[in-house]
Amino acid sequence: MLTYAIRRLVLSVPTLLFISFVIFMLLQLAPGDPMAQVPLTVPPEVKQKMREALGVGEPALVQYWKWLVQVFWTEPKVFIDWLTRDSFLLGWLPDTNLYQGELRVISWQTRSPVMDIVLQRIPQTLWVVGLSYVVGVLIALPIGIYSAYRQYSVFDQAGTFVTMVGFSIPPFFTGPLLIVIFSVYLGWFPSIYDTTHVVNDWESFKYQLSQMIMPVMVLALQTTAQLSRYMRASMLDNLNQDYVRTARAKGLSEAVVVMVHVLRNSMIPVITVIALGVPAIFGGAIITENVFKVNGIGQLLITALFANDLPMVMTLTFIFAFLIVMFNLIADILYGLLDPRIRYD
Amino acid sequence: MTDSPQDDVILAEGAKAAPIEALKDKGPMAPPRSKWRDVWEQFRKHKGAMMGAFFLFFITFGVLIGPYLWTLDPQALDIRNKDMRPIYTAIWNSEADVGWNHPLGSDQLGRDNLSQLIAGGRASMAVGWAAMLLSLIIGTGVGVMAGFFKKLDGPLMRLTDLFLSLPILPLLLVAVTLFRQPLRANFGPEGGMFILIVTVVGITSWMPTARIVRGDVLALKEREFVLAARSIGTQPFKIIKRHLLPNVLSPIMVSATLGLATAIITESALSFLGVGFPSDFPTWGKMLADAVARMEDFPERVLLPGVAISLTVLGVNYLGDGLRDALDPRIRGR
Repeated sequence: MLTYAIRRLVLSVPTLLFISFVIFMLLQLAPGDPMAQVPLTVPPEVKQKMREALGVGEPALVQYWKWLVQVFWTEPKVFIDWLTRDSFLLGWLPDTNLYQGELRVISWQTRSPVMDIVLQRIPQTLWVVGLSYVVGVLIALPIGIYSAYRQYSVFDQAGTFVTMVGFSIPPFFTGPLLIVIFSVYLGWFPSIYDTTHVVNDWESFKYQLSQMIMPVMVLALQTTAQLSRYMRASMLDNLNQDYVRTARAKGLSEAVVVMVHVLRNSMIPVITVIALGVPAIFGGAIITENVFKVNGIGQLLITALFANDLPMVMTLTFIFAFLIVMFNLIADILYGLLDPRIRYD
Repeated sequence: MTDSPQDDVILAEGAKAAPIEALKDKGPMAPPRSKWRDVWEQFRKHKGAMMGAFFLFFITFGVLIGPYLWTLDPQALDIRNKDMRPIYTAIWNSEADVGWNHPLGSDQLGRDNLSQLIAGGRASMAVGWAAMLLSLIIGTGVGVMAGFFKKLDGPLMRLTDLFLSLPILPLLLVAVTLFRQPLRANFGPEGGMFILIVTVVGITSWMPTARIVRGDVLALKEREFVLAARSIGTQPFKIIKRHLLPNVLSPIMVSATLGLATAIITESALSFLGVGFPSDFPTWGKMLADAVARMEDFPERVLLPGVAISLTVLGVNYLGDGLRDALDPRIRGR
């Protein structure tokens, strides 16, 4: 198992390098010019110098190499410095001072390091997306379990219909629909997510809750629809197995049979599906963040794309790819750990 | 039966008893039924799938012949009749600005909602069908190649894994914003965008089909009929065409329905984010995006395209569900 995990981890490095190369080459074809906003009175040789200062004058491969060095060498140094200096967890260690003022990945929009902006945006995304995923899983599992246990009952039929609907209605329709119903007609929740809101007492906590409920629910609907179908199918596979009949025959109560014996066995594939869905929900959050004006990383990607901010787009897309590769790895390893029948070597 | 001599012997021993019940031939059996008729019988039992199929055909024919029935130009500006409400608003609000010249109302520039909806449906369905076909062709090709030729299996499956780990939506956004200009210059604003979206959606959604087809081909090529075909000297491509492809048709059809649903949703999502078709060209996603700013006063402009997208995708998903049940021989006949 350990050798398998290490082999997969090593194999993911060339995968990530290849993906980053593809994204970089795609962005090299971009028609936009970062100097388009500079006034025409600026002489061409000065423009050329500005271009070189942004790192655009070099050949593509040199640019790619520099980006790699910045992301994989300079940014970790900055991160370790931050860990040993300011973080709560490792702040007691002596300050490492690894970062000596080398050039980091700079955004063309703000002229500040891309990673700093990303770190500012991640908490909002994590709060909304992460919470919605947890809520979605918590709703989906009981629905899946019960509709499998009472297959073809009214609850099962209704559950299947609701999951089909949740599967089919895109978030860019449910989002505005919820806004029209709950913030325009009923006036219960605000339609715009206020990121500057600080939670310090009960009132502000309630406000935070009310502004999070709609984006979380929109994202959770998608998660629930997918997961409850998996959960149902997996439970159905297990409910007809011989060991279930044995468990009933030896007089175990129905609750123990279903909730312990069957559930534990059916959770194996579902857990891997849960792990596989984490990066996908980051991608899907781009639309939801756009609808509810949450300024997370999805919204950052959209604005960077429209502003032709290539370093930002490159780094963000790479972060998404990194998440996908890592969670694929985690899902595969979890599958092997949870199911002793599966041996990779 | 009783004419044959062996039977006479048995009968003699059994003291002229009637032949064994199970061996009696009671008239001719029902003629053998074709597989597709069985599939159709099973499919008809799935109510949701029938409704989904019916709705999909309704929408497809609606957007195909709709422009000939409702001849108003979707892009014609009729500024005097702007911001009209749908005709049914008059039921609860007698002061609403309604009229039979615009049965579903008009938008802020006076463009007719009904003809926009039809034209938008045309664009969405065209993109959906074309992208689905493209991804099916790529997916089936890669899957069959990887399953049939051992040498290609490794590289092609690594390629599939690589494509599966690409962040699809961000890459779609990047590709569409980057290649918009050159394609528009070559194929015109609408044609260029159509080609771009179909290609990009097709290239990024073939992987599940490829994996399923590869698995099936791997199992099929060990079967006796393929061995027989090979032993009489059939060329590999003939084997694929005559023996393998007809047998992997069912999983391909099921993934086709899923592909159609994803393609429609992806196109609408791109239009919603403002990177899809040009601004004067109506699609369902674009209508929805334009209407979000005014949804307090004109909720129907969000609801109409949104419901159209959702119902189409719901119908396609139910169709896929029914097809999966009907094409699975283990479920069929129960």
